[in-house]
Amino acid sequence: MTWSEMQPLLTQACQDTLTMVGWAVLIAVLGGLPLGVLLVLTDKGGLLANAVVNKVIGAVVNVGRSLPFLILLIALLPFTRSVIGTTIGAQAMIVPLAVGAIPFFARLVETSVREVDHGLVEAVQSMGGSTWTVVRKALLPEALPSLISGLTTTVIALIGYSAMAGTIGGGGLGDVAIRYGYQRFETGLMLVTIAVLVVLVAAVQLVGDLAARAVSHRTRTA
Amino acid sequence: MITTTGLTKVYRSRGRDTAALDGVDLHVREGEVYGVVGRSGAGKSTLIRCVNLLERPTSGTVEVAGEELTSLPGSSLRAARSRIGMVFQHFNLLSARTVQANVELPLEILGVSGKERSRKALELLDLVGLSDRGRAYPAQLSGGQKQRVGIARALAGDPKVLLSDEATSALDPETTRSILQLLRDLNQQLGLTVLLITHEMDVVKAVCDSAALMKDGRIVESGRVTELLATPGSELAHELFPVGGHPSGEGSTVVDVTFHGESATELVISQLARTYNIDISVLGAALETIGGRQVGRMRIELPGRFEDNVVPIGFLREKGLQVDVAPVGGTPAGTAPVKEAVK
Repeated sequence: MTWSEMQPLLTQACQDTLTMVGWAVLIAVLGGLPLGVLLVLTDKGGLLANAVVNKVIGAVVNVGRSLPFLILLIALLPFTRSVIGTTIGAQAMIVPLAVGAIPFFARLVETSVREVDHGLVEAVQSMGGSTWTVVRKALLPEALPSLISGLTTTVIALIGYSAMAGTIGGGGLGDVAIRYGYQRFETGLMLVTIAVLVVLVAAVQLVGDLAARAVSHRTRTA
Repeated sequence: MITTTGLTKVYRSRGRDTAALDGVDLHVREGEVYGVVGRSGAGKSTLIRCVNLLERPTSGTVEVAGEELTSLPGSSLRAARSRIGMVFQHFNLLSARTVQANVELPLEILGVSGKERSRKALELLDLVGLSDRGRAYPAQLSGGQKQRVGIARALAGDPKVLLSDEATSALDPETTRSILQLLRDLNQQLGLTVLLITHEMDVVKAVCDSAALMKDGRIVESGRVTELLATPGSELAHELFPVGGHPSGEGSTVVDVTFHGESATELVISQLARTYNIDISVLGAALETIGGRQVGRMRIELPGRFEDNVVPIGFLREKGLQVDVAPVGGTPAGTAPVKEAVK
């Protein structure tokens, strides 16, 4: 396979991967952020301490986290069809990727938010702040550097998950690796795919680290 | 200004109840600086958190500025809290915000417009002496500067009452002095009522008009500092103002003489010696400024037993001095010094 043959394939695959991961990350943040915050707030001693809600959210998150992604992918096929109308292609893969990423990100959010000093919560309360104010003005801004690191981890995990989506016709770089690398022994294309993934993951990590550092003002020099 | 009635707080852990507050009646007058002292674990921290209901008392009521907080629903309680400033031992500044944005936070919560917020924040930073650090982040400040920001922030809602939770306990002695001075100035300039808790007697000595001693969740002694000093056998007075010195031998009477303001004890003592022709030895003496007033205390030894000294002691009392007769053999019973390691 020549480079000119590989290029359109790879371009399309990269686009598909980025589409899948991009949308899934967006949905994971929208879903995981509130869940993670709720896990902290509803926990014993939390601002909205509620054992039942906490247990329910915790259980849902745990089930989501314990299923291997490939199984989730297959189990969700009917759901995917009802949402997107098809089970094939990059668009269809957004559904299982998002469903898999929500609990993943929620746990990371929970850890980040839990690390925020309780004194800051007290400070905002003493000013007359409501629980929502505490979340908005103290918990989330103070956890931001850590949340960004968590987001970076989630994006990288999703790039990995998205490759699995290739095995059931999901498109993207995983699809290329299966169809050309595995089924046709196109070693050249396989190597290029690996290189692209390595570069992609490294770039995500770099951007994530820089962003986390940019929003952190915890050190004297910041 | 602040009144708590029968305040109790019981923590339940693993089926066992621990009372952090055991029926606390506290009364802080308007415009005074009131210090609650005690060892760690005495319940001071729980008490101050119950005043603005950061912790809900198990029973009892809290009244601040004529409003009974314990009966308020959520939204009115939040409004009431915004009129009570609070400063913390570990400052509790938001690291993600600049100094100015930290001071603006209470104003954001109150819904003050952006322009007015920054005007007010700059004014407050100027008041605490940090007008040039508005754009810095808390991590770039020293401990004393952070506490100044904490104080500026606490004042943003124009509170009538300021609660101080060990505000100087994480600071070095010199910074402590300057922060206490600031609190005193604010108390005088703004008429701010300050309730502070501390484990350091020096803090009470430096700024408090009134004080209370807490032990095992109860207030065991309280009152105006000057009155406490005038109370025979007061534990707080003894802690605030220890005079050392042991009698030279048996068969003598040891007397602690306390004088306030301008009265010159030395003169009285020499008069005493001349009038009754007795030898007086001074065992220890100290002069201190407590709550902005000069107070002196002297421990003297008179020859002979107490019965032999009734007349000289009467003479001292007549001269307007407070006289406590110390039991022979050293310090009065039940006044073991409150000592605590600085955290």
